[in-house]
Amino acid sequence: MGQVLFWTLAAAALGFGYLVFRVDSMARATFALLASFLAVAGEVLLLGLGYLGVVIALMMVVEMVVMAVFMVMFMMNPAGLVPMTMVHNKAGSAAIAIGTFVALAAGVLVVDWPTRVGEPAPDVTLALGEALMGGQMLTMMTLGVALFATIVATVVLSTARGRYRDEP
Amino acid sequence: MTLEAFLLLAAGLFAIGLYGALSQQSIVMLMMGLELMLNGVIVAAAAFWYFVSPAGSDGQVLVVVVITAMAIEMAVGFAVVTAIYRARQVDMTDDAADLRG
Repeated sequence: MGQVLFWTLAAAALGFGYLVFRVDSMARATFALLASFLAVAGEVLLLGLGYLGVVIALMMVVEMVVMAVFMVMFMMNPAGLVPMTMVHNKAGSAAIAIGTFVALAAGVLVVDWPTRVGEPAPDVTLALGEALMGGQMLTMMTLGVALFATIVATVVLSTARGRYRDEP
Repeated sequence: MTLEAFLLLAAGLFAIGLYGALSQQSIVMLMMGLELMLNGVIVAAAAFWYFVSPAGSDGQVLVVVVITAMAIEMAVGFAVVTAIYRARQVDMTDDAADLRG
């Protein structure tokens, strides 16, 4: 059962991920990416990380809906009525991507991975919370500061008026 | 389910995302490629947690960090797209290759 779910979700994640760059409309690409994210969330759930899987699913649904709004706002051909290709250096990019995959896959298959040590905590979500509020407090604080800096940076970038003068 | 299978899935997602990030001309499509790459990192981190050291929480913390990085990338990316479109009516990477203000 786990095997079937894993391979189904893996095929979905990769297939929809590939579709992102193949469909004719950027709105469709957004929803293909959402489907890929949901498949990955399923894989994370399959590993027993209930909280993180649900967080990924919820976050990505909202993120992709926001992205779809931007697609319609800014981008060409949101309805996908005409064929769309907006690529540069397709062959080079494909070669680099395939080369990267081959190198990573070779590493995955060749490296002698360590064996499993220990068992998951009875409540992995509680363990994560305790780690974030205990030993990993510095990580959590860094994330908080980074998110706050993001808020400031996005507001500064998206206001019409510049820092030193009015926009022309 | 093995660690290798999960890592191969992660490598596949990363490679597809890399292709998108390198080849797409639209800045937003480029960001989708970056998101797909980080998607692969999530799979790899979760798999390492489950198959190598499930007793600790470090793998889970890594997933939290990557999710935060995705949110930040998305927010700042859209802000940059908005800013550059407002300044120069540019939404393609090829038109934004110089540093002129």
